Amino acid sequence: MADDKDVLRDVWFGRIPACFTLSPEETTEREAEPYYLLLPRVSYLTLVTDKVKKHFLRVMKAEDSTEMWFEYEGTPLKWHYPIGVLFDLHASNTALPWNVTVHFKNFPEHDLLHCTSNSVIEAHFMSCIKEADALKHKGQVINDMQKKDHKQLWMGLQNDKFDQFWAMNRKLMEYPTDEGGFRYIPFRMYQTMGERPFIQKLFRPVSPEGHTLTLGDLLKELFPAAICAEEHSCDLVATLPRPGTGSQTAGRNSDQAQRVEYGASIDEPKRFQVMIHGIEPLLETPIQWLSEHLSHPDNFLHISIIPAPSD
Amino acid sequence: MPSSLLWAVDVYGRVYSLSTAGQQWEHCRDAHLEFKRVTAVQQCCWSIACDHNIYLYVHASEVPIRYQEETYENQRWNPVDGFSDRLLPSDRWQWSDITGLKHQPLGDFQLPSENWEWEADWYIDENFGGEPTEKGGWTYAIDFPATYTKDKKWNSCVRRRRWIRYRRYKAQDTWVKIPSEQTESLPDPFNDITCGGWEITEEPRGCLALWAVSLQGKVWFRCDINHHNPEGSVWEEVPVPGEVVQISCGPGDLVWAVLWEGHLLVREGVGRDCLKGSSWVTVESPSPGVGVVHVAVGVNVVWAVTKDHKVWFRRGVNSHNPCGSGWIGMVGEMVMINVGLSDQVWAIGFEDRAVYFRQGVTASELSGKAWKVVSVPRDSERSHSSASASSLQSAGCFFGGEVRLQSQASMLSDADAETERAGGEVVPTPEIGDAPKPRIPKVTSDSFISELVSDREGQISRRDVPPAGPSIPEEDHPEKELEDRASPAQVLSPSQSGGVDPQWSNVDLEEAQTHLTSGPGGDAAETSSLSSVATYNLALEEPYGLDEPPKWAWVSGGGCLVECHTQLNWFNSSTSTALNSSMQAMSLSITPAQTAAWRKQIFEQLSERSKREMENFMHYEQAIEQSVWVKKGTMQWWRDWKPHKWVDVQFALEQFSGVEGNKDGILFIYYTFNDEKKYLHMFINEVTILVPVLNDSKHTFAIYTAERTKQRWPMRLAAATELEMHDWLALLSVSCCDSRGIQGPPSKQAIWSVTCKGDIFVSEPTKELEASPYPTPCAQMFWRQVGGHLRIIESNSLGVVWGIGYDHTAWVHTGGYGGGFFQGLASSTDNIYTQTDVKSVYIYENQRWNPVTGYTNRGLPTDRYMWSNASGLKECTKNNTKPPSPNWTWVSDWTIDYAVPGGTDREGWQYAADFPASYHGNKTLKDFVRRRRWARKCKLTTTGPWQEVPPIPLSDITILPCGPKSTVEQVSLWAISNKGDILCRLGVTSLTPGGSSWLHVGTDQPFKSISIGAVHQVWAIAKDGSAFYRGSVSAQNPAGDCWYHIPSPTGQKLKQVSVGRTSVYTVDENGNLWYRHGVTPSYPQGSSWEHISNNVRKVSVGPLDQVWVIADKVQGSHSLSCGTVCRRLGVLPMEPKGHSWDYGIGGGWDHITVRGNAMEAPRIVMPSLTDNQTATRPLQTSNQPEMNGNPVGC
Repeated sequence: MADDKDVLRDVWFGRIPACFTLSPEETTEREAEPYYLLLPRVSYLTLVTDKVKKHFLRVMKAEDSTEMWFEYEGTPLKWHYPIGVLFDLHASNTALPWNVTVHFKNFPEHDLLHCTSNSVIEAHFMSCIKEADALKHKGQVINDMQKKDHKQLWMGLQNDKFDQFWAMNRKLMEYPTDEGGFRYIPFRMYQTMGERPFIQKLFRPVSPEGHTLTLGDLLKELFPAAICAEEHSCDLVATLPRPGTGSQTAGRNSDQAQRVEYGASIDEPKRFQVMIHGIEPLLETPIQWLSEHLSHPDNFLHISIIPAPSD
Repeated sequence: MPSSLLWAVDVYGRVYSLSTAGQQWEHCRDAHLEFKRVTAVQQCCWSIACDHNIYLYVHASEVPIRYQEETYENQRWNPVDGFSDRLLPSDRWQWSDITGLKHQPLGDFQLPSENWEWEADWYIDENFGGEPTEKGGWTYAIDFPATYTKDKKWNSCVRRRRWIRYRRYKAQDTWVKIPSEQTESLPDPFNDITCGGWEITEEPRGCLALWAVSLQGKVWFRCDINHHNPEGSVWEEVPVPGEVVQISCGPGDLVWAVLWEGHLLVREGVGRDCLKGSSWVTVESPSPGVGVVHVAVGVNVVWAVTKDHKVWFRRGVNSHNPCGSGWIGMVGEMVMINVGLSDQVWAIGFEDRAVYFRQGVTASELSGKAWKVVSVPRDSERSHSSASASSLQSAGCFFGGEVRLQSQASMLSDADAETERAGGEVVPTPEIGDAPKPRIPKVTSDSFISELVSDREGQISRRDVPPAGPSIPEEDHPEKELEDRASPAQVLSPSQSGGVDPQWSNVDLEEAQTHLTSGPGGDAAETSSLSSVATYNLALEEPYGLDEPPKWAWVSGGGCLVECHTQLNWFNSSTSTALNSSMQAMSLSITPAQTAAWRKQIFEQLSERSKREMENFMHYEQAIEQSVWVKKGTMQWWRDWKPHKWVDVQFALEQFSGVEGNKDGILFIYYTFNDEKKYLHMFINEVTILVPVLNDSKHTFAIYTAERTKQRWPMRLAAATELEMHDWLALLSVSCCDSRGIQGPPSKQAIWSVTCKGDIFVSEPTKELEASPYPTPCAQMFWRQVGGHLRIIESNSLGVVWGIGYDHTAWVHTGGYGGGFFQGLASSTDNIYTQTDVKSVYIYENQRWNPVTGYTNRGLPTDRYMWSNASGLKECTKNNTKPPSPNWTWVSDWTIDYAVPGGTDREGWQYAADFPASYHGNKTLKDFVRRRRWARKCKLTTTGPWQEVPPIPLSDITILPCGPKSTVEQVSLWAISNKGDILCRLGVTSLTPGGSSWLHVGTDQPFKSISIGAVHQVWAIAKDGSAFYRGSVSAQNPAGDCWYHIPSPTGQKLKQVSVGRTSVYTVDENGNLWYRHGVTPSYPQGSSWEHISNNVRKVSVGPLDQVWVIADKVQGSHSLSCGTVCRRLGVLPMEPKGHSWDYGIGGGWDHITVRGNAMEAPRIVMPSLTDNQTATRPLQTSNQPEMNGNPVGC
């Protein structure tokens, strides 16, 4: 029988094959070959692309070697989202490998944060963990840890050391048995296009009546559109026409769908996919279990809500 | 932990029980009576019913209560008739007891009460001291009384034989009336009852003390209650210096009673020889002027309630000082209080009559922390309400004849309730302006005369006002209930509402109401004038509201085991949510979370995702290069060379990924020698086992490799703290498993072993392990630890694994791994449970006799310590003896142990001529020294993939060994209870390894070891050391039909047996290993024993007839080890005895089972050889193949 521990391994060792191509806007001394890499889903783009940078810098003039940034089909990729989230959000249901365009010029100051060194990523990662623990245990667990323990978490992620990371991270995943879960579930819910980058709210894993809350319950509260469509037509083939493939159009599509939702009829086809780590868990999956097993190393459950493919 | 029951009586006299695992009060359906008092212990519950008779409820057990009656038939030889029943006039009776002094023919044996039945007729016992006798069972002697032998000699003039017959207690899971034997003119019915004393002595088994108080204030003690006589024999009056109103008796020797005046009596002199105690001592009430009305005692606590409902805790109570030292006032107002197991406290609140549980009671904080109300619904509020009506109606009928009527009534009204429910709406009754509130009966403490009087006045005066009929609370239909409350005249009477018409008319109800007020009201008055008891009064205060929780009158936790880690679902739950969550809990337990659809979906999708996203891209470069990870720490290391000592070292584990992605590592120990820095290293993939060695001074562990196993010299390391040690052990263990590619739960074929510390290890066998002729040496086996604590473990190849703890608790493997200090990754999460174990630590008190002072603790200078361990070499006093390791905590005080082999005198002493010698229980002239054993219990709490199999404690277990591809539906599992009963587990399959229930297999004597072979051959060893074979056991007839007595090897008492595919091996008490010769399918008992080896402690024969033992005194190159795992080499189907030993891990090992390993070795086939040649092949031929997979004849 498969064990829950295997889920942790599968999550950690999830890889996305990516093909990095240099943007044609960049001026090169000679033609740049695309660079192929297996990216860890749970890591951060800027943390794992040293090789990419080295590769392209060889063909570039030294003075152009400014900060590297990435873009997929026109969307700048936010390095501070885990790679898996970026992929699920922008590129799921597309052909692999993932074609990422590499830029050095014209840093999109409005869309992206600067990432000058790994310490910036570390600071971001640790602040996420602290925020998550604040939600889960009022921050007691992370504050009880020593500096070297924090380092172990970070080094585990940076060096892709599952055991090293989890030897420490399991402490962050503990909770008093009589409470049935964490205080609040640290989660972030992403849509391709919304006013806000993501939704984040206080959400408990157990209802006041003592019921275990599920992914469905979370969606019901935060994004009913996703759940209504799914409930009614989980096995119907999505028939909504999909006007384009760009993220812009997909975004419009979801807005439109959201409007329609409030008057949704039973025959409404499935319009959204609720993705975590590239899979669609059933709505009855307990949210506490998801938080324990499908959270990213930053201890957040990153949920991507994307328009269902219309094939 | 098995669930246990809290018992309670509500104000209507209805008995309920609440399981520690449950979430609702279960009505004791069997009781057609109303009860006043209950007092529960784990195996039974005593009570006083409203008919003032005493009732007993014995919980059904899968092992029946059976008692062996025996009598002897005596005969004398004379030249004319030969042996005949014509005896000399000076001889004993022809039918007598064992001494010959008592005449007891077969016909004189009567059943002690109607609750017993005979199991079968008389039969002759053919077993004589472990030896089978000739047919007829006669034993011979020269004359009476003399030494009997089983052989008839030329001078045998007399003979005798033993007849036995079993009787069985049949009244289980039902209330049986204990006949009252009062002959006095004035009835003096019982008024209070308390049961306890089970910790005082273990002999006779199940011995209980039952105390009762009569209305006249007399105290009675029930004699001879024990396992074989659950009802006891007679009541004996215990004189008291006053009128007692209430009494309480704890699990140990505490007995306290409340006097009418409000003072307390404490019984002194209660002990092993005198359960009744000898005298009373008075203790004053805690607050002057306010008497005590209720007292409750436990092992080391006394709680009391005074007249003003205040709760008091008595300080400093223990068995040496039963009176304690002083009172402490506690918070809360209670009417009664009860102390249960492990001194847990329950009470009934004064204001709300709710059951309260005292939270936070621990051995170190006996007074607990706070009262917590037990708020769970009753199993059927509906039936409760209807029955409450009938109990109201009968509230005043205390005596005799009403019982039948009441039961009828309650049944009737139950039925009514149903009809009424079906009927729906009730005709609304007109409102009455000044609507008197419905009443509930109020229970008063019987001693509380003043309150009683006022209550009675209230009751009488009530008749003048418009009578207030009690309404039927309708918890299911709130609106209806409101109507009911508004109509005082609505009374449900069995006689009136028994009709089919569910609609009630006012006329009927009014009639019913008159009936009620005139009948029982009068009775009640009469009763209370007759005696000072008023169990139920219809009191004026306390309206019974709709949403009010049940009102309780009495609670008894004497059978309810609550420990600090027990999860109780009793609190803070309203009716609906409690039910909901209990439903939830149930659905979770029925469909384990693993099988939930969502989980399956996630597993499937994840593997799909990995396939989709990675399968075709594995040639891509990894973004992160693998690197080395190092963990460092400081430790102490037991230096390998002399002088051996602990030296400080730096310890480091370097982990790296091997070429194929598998992880490996190297351990480094950096030490300084002669100011020179040096290091040792050890490859992780060479480590065979990590053994924690906790003792009270150091947190150490041992690391073995195959080489070090041969040397009997592990690398020993000590961490600074226990936590650090566990961190390292868990990490090293994961590293070792990673390097060998082992993860997840143990396989079904796994070989399990247990150390003398109770640690559990498991090894994954390879095909080569049992290869012939060159098996993998067992020193190379890799063992990993599994959480938990066991003494014995048994398995089979279908993955059924059971264990037995030191406290004889049975555990079944949940299929998980880890637990204990393995947390996080090295442990499964879902099937890890709390496991506890209890064992005794023994020390000896030694004394020497001298002519002046007799026995004193002044020994000779050459003598052993006056307080020592068993060998006498180590000083062990009561104060300096610590629990075996920090994991263990004391849970009892030092007590004298009377159950010592060889017997003791009344004070526990054993005598001998000198130290060390063989000890005996009675003092003779030649004895100059004596010793006695003291025992103290300690307890360990850990976690592991084990689930308890309640309720019967076991001492041995065996599981049917199966072939690797065997598809047995029902797995035969036999066990021996700790009392020696043989049991057969039903419903064991690979999916339900725990099985469903026990089937008791009757035997004439207690057993200690059992084993079942692959074709259902069941062998067992009795406690007297004789072997038995069970005939006709098969998959269809799992219990077989009869026992065949097999003579033991000459002069040896057998200890343990193991049966493989065909081989039968036994171990005797002197450490000899015996093989049974001549076992064939037609003659499965075999013909003779053949000696194989000595120094063997235990044997395990596997499904391939492989023979593994735990051996003592195995010499390694550096050291000698006891308790070593050894495997018999050269065991082949035609050579089941093998030829030599292969030595594996040790020492300190206690148990091994290879019965799961049915992995056949790969065979080298040499076609030139025929079967015949194989059969005649000499021993130890090296390259000859094994042709015949099946053993001959099977």
